[in-house]
Amino acid sequence: MKGATLAAGAFVAGLTFGVGLVVSGMVNPAKVLGFLDLAGAWDPSLALVMAGAVAIAAVAFALAGKRTTTLLGAPMTLPARRTLDRRLVVGSLVFGIGWGLAGFCPGPAVVALGAGKLKALVFVLAMIAGMLAFELLERTQAAAGPGQESGQRS
Amino acid sequence: MNIDWASFTPVSALAGGMIIGVAVALLVLLNGRIAGISGIVSGLLRPAAGDVAWRLAFVAGLILAPILFIAASRAPAVAIDADYPLLVIAGLLVGVGTRYGGGCTSGHGVCGISRLSPRSIVATLAFMATGFATVFVVRHVIAS
Repeated sequence: MKGATLAAGAFVAGLTFGVGLVVSGMVNPAKVLGFLDLAGAWDPSLALVMAGAVAIAAVAFALAGKRTTTLLGAPMTLPARRTLDRRLVVGSLVFGIGWGLAGFCPGPAVVALGAGKLKALVFVLAMIAGMLAFELLERTQAAAGPGQESGQRS
Repeated sequence: MNIDWASFTPVSALAGGMIIGVAVALLVLLNGRIAGISGIVSGLLRPAAGDVAWRLAFVAGLILAPILFIAASRAPAVAIDADYPLLVIAGLLVGVGTRYGGGCTSGHGVCGISRLSPRSIVATLAFMATGFATVFVVRHVIAS
């Protein structure tokens, strides 16, 4: 019962997130690349999408920070780590290259998949393959020797 | 800098962004989770008991959203210029990079910045930098 309620909450959140990506135009890689093309005809829209999202989300996280459980009674599981490391920076640099090549990041790609775009399916499958490659590498390293910290989920 | 006023959509961008903010608020206040798409998807690749249903439900919601727009005859514009080999390379880089970096545009870019997480601010600066640099090289160095 608890699991079903939480799944329903996540479904509504996912649907809302997808609607936001469609309304904002971020589901369109051409529009995202228009933002990333500073030297060309620059479309600042993505900056306003982030500003709008952060304005609302910041309030929610401020409220969430005062609670140990959610409105549905689930535990608050927010990342606590604040230290920087090489993996964070190198991984993000690599992600940015992939983002700039196709104009897709994970959220919009999944939504474009729902819009029936075969190219989005190909991108998502390659992205999952990349994630699996990371998982396998992590397991191999963990088996080879301890001491490697694992990536934060976010 | 040369702003493309014909493509710039400030009202829908801000409105859509605020809807994304509401979605982030729902997931944290109901489920206690960060709405980071790469993290939610990759969590399905190492399934743990009691940790699968909410992830699948979130992804199902994401996929349903454009279907509703299409059903209402408001199909979103999705122009994907990249060819298939480039999409595969880009997808692999995004998959590996977001796992090593622990997040993407949603987890670090929206959620992390909202929480003033130093890690997420650094991550966002990093992927924005290579995103800008990559498009510069593709459009203004290689193409010219």
